[in-house]
Amino acid sequence: MTSLLNRLFGRPRKGSGKTAKDRLRFVLQHDRINLPPERLEEMKREILAVIVKYVVVDKDRVEIALEQRDRNQSKLVAEIPVVKQTVPPSPETYADSRQNNSDKPLGETEDSVDEGESAAGDAEEAAVASEDGEGADKEEKENKK
Amino acid sequence: MGGKVVTITSGKGGVGKTTATANLGISLANLGKKVVVIDADIGLRNLDVIMGLENRIVYDLVDIVEGRAKLRQAMIKHKKFEQLFLIPAAQTRDKMAVSPKDMVELTDKLREDHDYVIIDSPAGIERGFRNALEPADEVLIVTNPEVSAVRDADRIIGLIEAADKGPGRLIINRLKTEMVNKGEMLSAEDVFDILSLEIIGIIPEDEFVLSASNSGVPVSLNEGSRAGMAFANVARRVTGEDVPFMDLEENPGFFKRLMRFLDGR
Repeated sequence: MTSLLNRLFGRPRKGSGKTAKDRLRFVLQHDRINLPPERLEEMKREILAVIVKYVVVDKDRVEIALEQRDRNQSKLVAEIPVVKQTVPPSPETYADSRQNNSDKPLGETEDSVDEGESAAGDAEEAAVASEDGEGADKEEKENKK
Repeated sequence: MGGKVVTITSGKGGVGKTTATANLGISLANLGKKVVVIDADIGLRNLDVIMGLENRIVYDLVDIVEGRAKLRQAMIKHKKFEQLFLIPAAQTRDKMAVSPKDMVELTDKLREDHDYVIIDSPAGIERGFRNALEPADEVLIVTNPEVSAVRDADRIIGLIEAADKGPGRLIINRLKTEMVNKGEMLSAEDVFDILSLEIIGIIPEDEFVLSASNSGVPVSLNEGSRAGMAFANVARRVTGEDVPFMDLEENPGFFKRLMRFLDGR
């Protein structure tokens, strides 16, 4: 809406008035959902930490942003490009991360069985992930055009 | 239901609530309306001096609520307008001396024989604000084109909506057109853009406002004052009249279109 108004009036925006507006927008975004900027960053890091356990992410191009239309409508918009994997991640890595995160340690016998199962599941998931990755890449390229 | 209760609030202090209340009261009386203005800022009374009625106070809001005075006894008649009254705040008590329910009961009585009851809310979001908000039929939010005032306005607007008293309308006070033109001040459009609330008044910065408060004669009684004219326009808009925004209020055509856009929403 701002850009539309600016176009309508053709008023050049520079000076501290513009700064005031930008700062207000920023501070109100966080005020309105009661989530300070630093907490939002923390949340982004946590979200990303979960995602990279499953797929390889192009970290330089990750964008998680808070968007707001008005006081009552906020949304988190995430763009997380996934890198296509030619070699599926090793089953050990996957099992390790799983074990570290489970609340109760698994018994020895169970563990070995579990590992075998997860290895099979893992290959499938990796394949799905890389397909997704390709899709996202394509979309991005299209957007750039 | 009778008269209408209009509450003037802002969140932040010092943006011009009391000035707006006094001028809205005077301007509505000037339009021939029966008006009561209530100072709800218990402990920090000021509406009386802005209106030049400080010498006539015998009883106050708390005296009415606690039964020491009859309603009529605490209503101070304005010097110039027979149909304009002030109920002053108590100066030696605090906000807790009055409850939101007390305010509803009081304004319900006042509604019976007045067209408008204007409540000057204290700054803040606590009890005093709650007292002023509870009886409101309409809320006017005063803000300045300045980061901290707009931020607080946003907060208060959220609270007004949560209390089902929304959406409210905005009075943008102390706008300096020259600074806006230089890009050194938030414009009325900027404020609208951020708060998405209908604007009922844009009051230009005007030295007459200080002279008016010095002498206790609200600026809307001064026909040479642009701020006074802008306040008078707010009063007419409160009554439902469609008043175009003055030139100095910035871009009248734009706002007309904006209001239509909002109405159609």
